[in-house]
Amino acid sequence: MFLTGYFKSSSLPFRTRGGVKVPHEKSTALEKTVVMPAPKQVVITTLQHIGAPCVPVVKTGDSVKVGDIIADSDKFISAPIHSSVSGTISKISKIIMPDGAKVDAIYIESDGLGELSTKIKPPKLETKENLIKIARESGLVGLGGAGFPTHVKLNVSDDKKIDTLIINAAECEPYITSDNRAAIEDTSDVISGIITVKKMLKIDTAIIAVEDNKPHAIKMLQDAINTQKENINLVKLKSRYPQGAEKVLIKAASNRVVPIGKLPLDIGCIVMNIASIAFLSKYIRNGIPLIEKRITIAGSAIKKPQNVTALIGTPISEIIKFCGGYKTEPKKILMGGPMMGIALLDDTFPILKNTNAILALDENDAILPETQDCIRCGKCIESCPMGLMPTLIESNVNSKDLKELQKLDTMNCMECGCCSFICPSGRPLVQAIRLGKKLLKDNNISKP
Amino acid sequence: MNSKLYVSSSPHLHSGITISKIMLDVIIALIPALVASVIIFGIRALIVILVTVLSCVTSEYISRKLMKRDNTIYDLSAVVTGILLAFNLPVSINLAIAAFGGIAAIVVVKQMFGGIGQNFVNPALAARIILVASFPTAMSTWSKPFTNTFSKADIITTATPLSKAVVGTYDKNYFDLFFGIRPGCMGEICAAALILGGIYLLIRKIITPTIPICYIGTVFILTLILGKDPIFHILSGGLLLGAIFMATDYTTSPLTFKGKVIFGIGCGILTVLIRLYGALPEGVSFSIILMNILVPHIEKLTITKPFGKGGKSIGKA
Repeated sequence: MFLTGYFKSSSLPFRTRGGVKVPHEKSTALEKTVVMPAPKQVVITTLQHIGAPCVPVVKTGDSVKVGDIIADSDKFISAPIHSSVSGTISKISKIIMPDGAKVDAIYIESDGLGELSTKIKPPKLETKENLIKIARESGLVGLGGAGFPTHVKLNVSDDKKIDTLIINAAECEPYITSDNRAAIEDTSDVISGIITVKKMLKIDTAIIAVEDNKPHAIKMLQDAINTQKENINLVKLKSRYPQGAEKVLIKAASNRVVPIGKLPLDIGCIVMNIASIAFLSKYIRNGIPLIEKRITIAGSAIKKPQNVTALIGTPISEIIKFCGGYKTEPKKILMGGPMMGIALLDDTFPILKNTNAILALDENDAILPETQDCIRCGKCIESCPMGLMPTLIESNVNSKDLKELQKLDTMNCMECGCCSFICPSGRPLVQAIRLGKKLLKDNNISKP
Repeated sequence: MNSKLYVSSSPHLHSGITISKIMLDVIIALIPALVASVIIFGIRALIVILVTVLSCVTSEYISRKLMKRDNTIYDLSAVVTGILLAFNLPVSINLAIAAFGGIAAIVVVKQMFGGIGQNFVNPALAARIILVASFPTAMSTWSKPFTNTFSKADIITTATPLSKAVVGTYDKNYFDLFFGIRPGCMGEICAAALILGGIYLLIRKIITPTIPICYIGTVFILTLILGKDPIFHILSGGLLLGAIFMATDYTTSPLTFKGKVIFGIGCGILTVLIRLYGALPEGVSFSIILMNILVPHIEKLTITKPFGKGGKSIGKA
């Protein structure tokens, strides 16, 4: 409205810029997560995170147990990958990732026994260095969707003072309720995970940030916080997309602004997803690495929408079959939410560590409006959480004006998609901005 | 599963807001003023509106067809232009002149520059100025309210409050000004109806209040400083119609908040200057058109500041 952004709010949650009201569609929020049995075969890709792909450390014919490392990397930004079943490696071949990258995939035939590896034992945790080592060994990556290796995030150099740990339970994407279920079903793990990270990294305050459309999760978390004396606060965020985007979340929860080109740790914050922190706590307890994931299966083409805990590498078609199959013919299958998820070519792809939802949409939901001319309504600018001007960026992408693109801070776009969502002319704005970012990168002028 | 899937890059969800829904909301917001003009000036007001709307929509259809572009009449923007144009005409206007105005607005001002979103001045206002320059007498023949003019013979002509104020013969009556019992252009007279429409647009979030507040506020403050009656200046002439419906036109106003503030204040200053020191009694149309032309320059100066730009790191031990 008038003067938005010129009055600074001084109470929680702090004011954030832009954003859009999206439909919630969170009908699966109240149902208990169902554990899916191991499939006959799992397909585990060697890229399960942002960073360098792993290299297989097993070969065809090897037999593996649950939790055995099957791929690893000596690169810093990477995390080891473990077998999610016990059985035999049937083949290792190239697979095309949803984003088009070609990487190795390891196919494992399950023997149906689910035998745990003998190497599994609860880790020893005494120092910050221990914690970072543990985070790497567990194979943990950001489970909120980005898949950034957790050990890298926790490896803060000593000259940076971190005073706030923010737990991201905003879950602002429509349909997805897996973080909501994590908050409800794994409440004690969430709290003990927070306490551990706080202690090891010597962080004063922890903030759990939840959108206010999850009253059940908020109550569970608040009750758990009240039972102990740690400095943990719960912040109810407005239900407004994209409250869960890292920079927006930090602003809403702590009123801090991450400068362009900097990281949260430059302003004293570490942000972790709620499912990640719950897993870390479980791993410290039982030593079982990241081999399964809670996923929301939903969308208008799914017969029985629900949250499912499935083994990593389970083909999507198997999970959907487990959820009663398709109700109608699916016309779009998404890995992730409808705002930032990736559309898949078919349903044979396996789930990854950072998959938080699989959505199957019917014809009606799959079709987007036709593109019309821009009427300069300015809604894209109003809705942009990053303060950019999507419509101007789009026209400069079309005319390939690199100088102007740089001036409009195109690289600062986080691709949340608010602009395309709100555009009355149905213009593919964020899609054009992606092209613009690539143009700038290709011409080596992507630095701010 | 053997069907083919749609594959596109995210987002896969749309708000459902479309151009035609926005234009429909604008039309709904214009209805109170439309009803007021029919009550005050009689059924001929409705006929003039129908003529301009028909002329605008037909011009849009034919010109798009001739230019081999897709048909855009269903976005309803031509209907809005037609209503706004009629609102800027006296009720006694010759219907042929009204129709000509519609053609000028759509063909010359809008479609020749590329259609919706591309025109650099407001089509309805530009057409009004073309008509004022081409048919000065017809465009300044004002009818008395409630005389139910239907044919030209019935017209009882009179002067508008603003032109009376110029020669110092208007005796103030805020009630009549607020409810539109005064001579003037069809849509501009009833302040109550225009404000009602404006509130609807604000509630539906079609417009932001920035431009109207800056425009009307500037007129208020300037006339107050210059020793005139600010309330009279806000309620008379086409200020409310201009500030709420014409200056807020998406295409011809700046995109950013700061740009809108500059635009609104600029419109206000120009309007007061023309009204008090210019040769014309009224200056709303010229002020808005002049500011329309400045929009690209205002836009260059008011690029938004990205989130986190110029921020500093903290926490260095």
